[in-house]
Amino acid sequence: MLTDTDLQAIWLTIRLAGIATLILLVLGPPIAWLLARSRSWWKGPLGAVVALPLVLPPSVLGFYLLLAMGPNGPVGQLTTALGIGTLPFTFWGLVVASVFYSLPFMVQPLQNAFESIGERPLEVAATLRASPFDTFFSVVLPLARPGFITAGILTFAHTVGEFGVVLMIGGNIPGVTRVASVQIYDHVEEMAYADAHRLAAVMLTFSFLVLLAMYTRRPKPARGD
Amino acid sequence: MKRLSSLILALLAIATAHADEVQVAVAANFTAPAKEIAAEFTRQTGHKAVLSFGSTGKLYAQISNGAPFEVFLAANDNTPAKLEKEGKAVTGTRFTYAVGTLILWSANPGLVDAKGDILKSGNFKHLAIANPKTAPYGAAAIEMLTGLKLLAAVQPKFVQGESIAQAFQFASTGNAELSFVALSQVFKDGKLTSGSGWIVPGELHEPILQDAVVLAKGKDNPAAAAFSAYLKTPRAHAIITSFGYALR
Repeated sequence: MLTDTDLQAIWLTIRLAGIATLILLVLGPPIAWLLARSRSWWKGPLGAVVALPLVLPPSVLGFYLLLAMGPNGPVGQLTTALGIGTLPFTFWGLVVASVFYSLPFMVQPLQNAFESIGERPLEVAATLRASPFDTFFSVVLPLARPGFITAGILTFAHTVGEFGVVLMIGGNIPGVTRVASVQIYDHVEEMAYADAHRLAAVMLTFSFLVLLAMYTRRPKPARGD
Repeated sequence: MKRLSSLILALLAIATAHADEVQVAVAANFTAPAKEIAAEFTRQTGHKAVLSFGSTGKLYAQISNGAPFEVFLAANDNTPAKLEKEGKAVTGTRFTYAVGTLILWSANPGLVDAKGDILKSGNFKHLAIANPKTAPYGAAAIEMLTGLKLLAAVQPKFVQGESIAQAFQFASTGNAELSFVALSQVFKDGKLTSGSGWIVPGELHEPILQDAVVLAKGKDNPAAAAFSAYLKTPRAHAIITSFGYALR
């Protein structure tokens, strides 16, 4: 039913979303922890920066990434100096873009989860002489587990749905940057509506099932107090 | 009640003010000249031309699906002909407003030689091209590369813009060293505005005949007919040729 190029685009999309989610599972928790725990003045600015991709048009993000990662941009000059070359039109360029694009979808659910744990379990752990490290892994992580699940699913699904940024910096290369959403756009542009329908139906079904899973099985966030 | 009726009157006034406005769909390569022509058109006729830009293929899809465009300046001749056959354009209003020129262009001033030999050297990483399935300049580039038996060698280096405008954007930001774009995007008053380029000889591909047509939605709009006619005036011709297009 789906053509080889469709399957290639779907597999590419899954790889992109998977890798971006794994990277954000490493980068997200420290940022969420800072936002949940800090009372410093920079908490506001940091939170705002993290939330920016929620409100920015993808064309703005794509435009700045294209300039920044290009041969004349600061990121592009850094990657060239490191011998990686420039990132636009590469798979890893899309990964970097996706990490920015999906950052709030990882950080915000985690921040909520960390905030809802409250001070008390941490204080109790401290009185039992748990090190901060130990506290994080034996107290915070188990209590925040539903937050991690929500954040992971949302990040993955949101990256699958990425379109504008990819269009701006991808260059539409089969197997490298032509993800499913771009493939659908191509089908529509070429008036190949039957092809567009097939792939679009797959995306619609996927998105619905992800959200259905989240909304029906979503456990109440753990409460520490 | 009185307030409501005055509101309706105001809205009606706006609606009638729109009567001498024409919605024009413009192929991306013609963006710059179309803006100049629209400004002149307004100055001389009082009508206002509202321009929308995109690849010819996308604009065709939008027109087929009821987009409110009244005049179409395409980047080829078969799309307007197709629209006419499908009854979505007014019969007998089709004409060639410009003949396009393809250029191999780089933002780097020293990169492209006068004969385009850099294509054979393979000494570049990315070559930006407009989607050949929807953009006539992309299709012309493919035809030329096929004719010169270079397609297989350079195809792996393609990065594809959804229109000629995006292909140019990839190249002008330096992300793609080379690009196939329309001469009009990098040319003004007899010379390249920046970078370096090889103007692809016209005999290497079918001529890029860019046809205009009045669409079914613009049938009864005098501003649509006026805009279409304005494209044939000496003033419009001067603007068109200043961007490196030929006339026919």
